Amino acid sequence: MVATKKTKYLIIGNSAGGIGAAEAIREVDKTGTITIVSDEPYPAYSRPLISEYLALPCPVEKMAYRQPDFYEKNKIKTLLGEKVIQVNPDKHTVKLESGTTLGWQKLLLATGGTPIFPEMEGNRLKGVFTFNKLDDAKAIDGFLNQHRGRLRAVVIGGGLIGVSVTEALLKRSVEVTVVEMKDRVLNTILDEEASVFEAQALVHAGTNIITGHTPEKINSYLLGEVCGVTLDDGCVLPCEMAVITIGVRPRLEVVSESGIKINRGIVVDRRMATSAPDIYACGDAAEAHDFVYGENRLTPVWPNAYEGGRAAGLNMAGKPTEYQGGTAMNALKYFGVYIASAGLVTPPDDSYETLINRYDGIYRKVIIKKGKLAGMVFAGDIEKSGIIYNLMKDGVNVRKFKEVLVADDFGLASLPESIWKDRLESSPPEGVPVVTSIEEPEELVIGD
Amino acid sequence: MKKVYVKEDVCIGCGLCEVYCRLKHSKSKDLIKAYKKEIPRPLSRLRVDESGIVSLSVRCQHCDDAPCIRACLTGALSRDPSTSLVMVDEERCIGCGTCTLACPLGVPKLDTSQKKMVKCDLCQDEELPVCVANCPNEALLYAEVEEALA
Ligand SMILES: Cc1cc2nc3c(=O)[nH]c(=O)nc-3n(C[C@H](O)[C@H](O)[C@H](O)COP(=O)(O)OP(=O)(O)OC[C@H]3O[C@@H](n4cnc5c(N)ncnc54)[C@H](O)[C@@H]3O)c2cc1C
Repeated sequence: MVATKKTKYLIIGNSAGGIGAAEAIREVDKTGTITIVSDEPYPAYSRPLISEYLALPCPVEKMAYRQPDFYEKNKIKTLLGEKVIQVNPDKHTVKLESGTTLGWQKLLLATGGTPIFPEMEGNRLKGVFTFNKLDDAKAIDGFLNQHRGRLRAVVIGGGLIGVSVTEALLKRSVEVTVVEMKDRVLNTILDEEASVFEAQALVHAGTNIITGHTPEKINSYLLGEVCGVTLDDGCVLPCEMAVITIGVRPRLEVVSESGIKINRGIVVDRRMATSAPDIYACGDAAEAHDFVYGENRLTPVWPNAYEGGRAAGLNMAGKPTEYQGGTAMNALKYFGVYIASAGLVTPPDDSYETLINRYDGIYRKVIIKKGKLAGMVFAGDIEKSGIIYNLMKDGVNVRKFKEVLVADDFGLASLPESIWKDRLESSPPEGVPVVTSIEEPEELVIGD
Repeated sequence: MKKVYVKEDVCIGCGLCEVYCRLKHSKSKDLIKAYKKEIPRPLSRLRVDESGIVSLSVRCQHCDDAPCIRACLTGALSRDPSTSLVMVDEERCIGCGTCTLACPLGVPKLDTSQKKMVKCDLCQDEELPVCVANCPNEALLYAEVEEALA
């Protein structure tokens, strides 16, 4: 039998969730051994930055999520380029593809998501890509570099990742057609109006958008290379490459036979604990508390992965902590259009109240249910969006002042005094020495 | 750690804090140029929110429990170990605005022309933050506060 090495904390996944947990563990436990395993061979990098990488291939170090000495400084052992193939909750071990078995006292599953890859004729051809990790961006970059002359791409799926790869491809002078099955791009994270803003920007940048259709197959005539995509209406889009971005689902292969409770993702309680003792989960892989729905949901965004990882880490290190919960939240700036959205973007039924304001190219919308915020969309200018997001997160009853939330001059001062006082901590603690303006204002230089 | 507090009973929303902040972050250090000519346009790191008789000069509070750092997609936001201030590494910031959405005050400011976020650093190279130093009403207080223990 292979000798089992043991670590106090084992984290599978070296990204937002895993790093959030490791940092939290180190706040509480300075010495307990931490090991992070990932099948990606890189130090933690910012996954959303893969589109910047593709747009303008830059050194990988520029995408680093933490300083180069991060692992050493925090005494974190890494096993990079190693895949976990099985978790054994009873024995408190995991098995690596390389054959090693690792023991642990506390385990975190921060395995993230994996692209949904449709069973479709032609999906294995050369020139078909997904866009979920640095190696995907590198593969596309390599493909672009091999080809001279103008390239055409069909991006299948007009969600966040589809728009993200589209922006990068356009910057690389690729002609892009986005095919979206629903009637508008970014339909899960934006409402109709903000979607239109984004679609206009896409089109303005030269993208061709086809909505209401799905690809039937990817065509080839030469050596297994892509030559086009056929849509469900028979329409053929000639292209040299196709990027499949129809969505991401939790990556669950390590737990599928472990008996750990899974719904759409790994089910966790408010402490981020799974159904198995000493095993926690977070991030895109987990179904954790969503404060808008008041139930467990997948909310696959970076900040929630970090926050969930942090809560998991604190609990793993013995500091009982409740995850405040997350909800879908996104700030976008694709094609120079600034949009922030969170929670619901379209009211599901008429028990919700919607307030909207439009002025000077700015769009603000909030959705309210029973006095509490349930969703928001800000477009054109997203400054102060955080005020709304946090009122929603904290479950503040906004019934009495809801109109101000979308007003042109909305700001902290528009809220009841008790709220802004709390947010601003408006006076220093008693007895602390304070300084105000010490001298006459300096003389200003005005003009030449 | 130092913090700026606003005494809302004497803040009249004159906006000089904003003016001085913008001037401080200009290249020319000349008011007219800073406001009218400089490209990229220098931005104030703070803002004045007003409603009726209430005016508040709002800037980064360098929260102990900074949600912006945790939300940051790139790792550009971090706490400076020596000053405890929340700082942005402009090299690594892509100006996505996730911090703005996460901040309870909504203060991280997006410089849309530079595609970066800019924020208050309490004027590290000055004796006093320029907003505090130049407030005609002494409505801004600069105080050393104890750090919460991590
Ligand atoms: C192109 C793109 C743009 C995005 N833009 C945004 C955005 O603007 N805003 C936002 O909030 N979010 C964005 N996201 C989503 C965000 O990146 C994810 O929500 C976040 O990365 C989730 O973090 P995580 O730690 O849960 O998992 P991941 O980042 O997916 O990391 C999981 C890691 O675990 C590894 N792993 C999984 N299983 C195993 C195994 N069995 N053995 C070893 N290692 C394993 C994986 O290889 C991976 O490295 C974007 C994502 C993409 C792809």
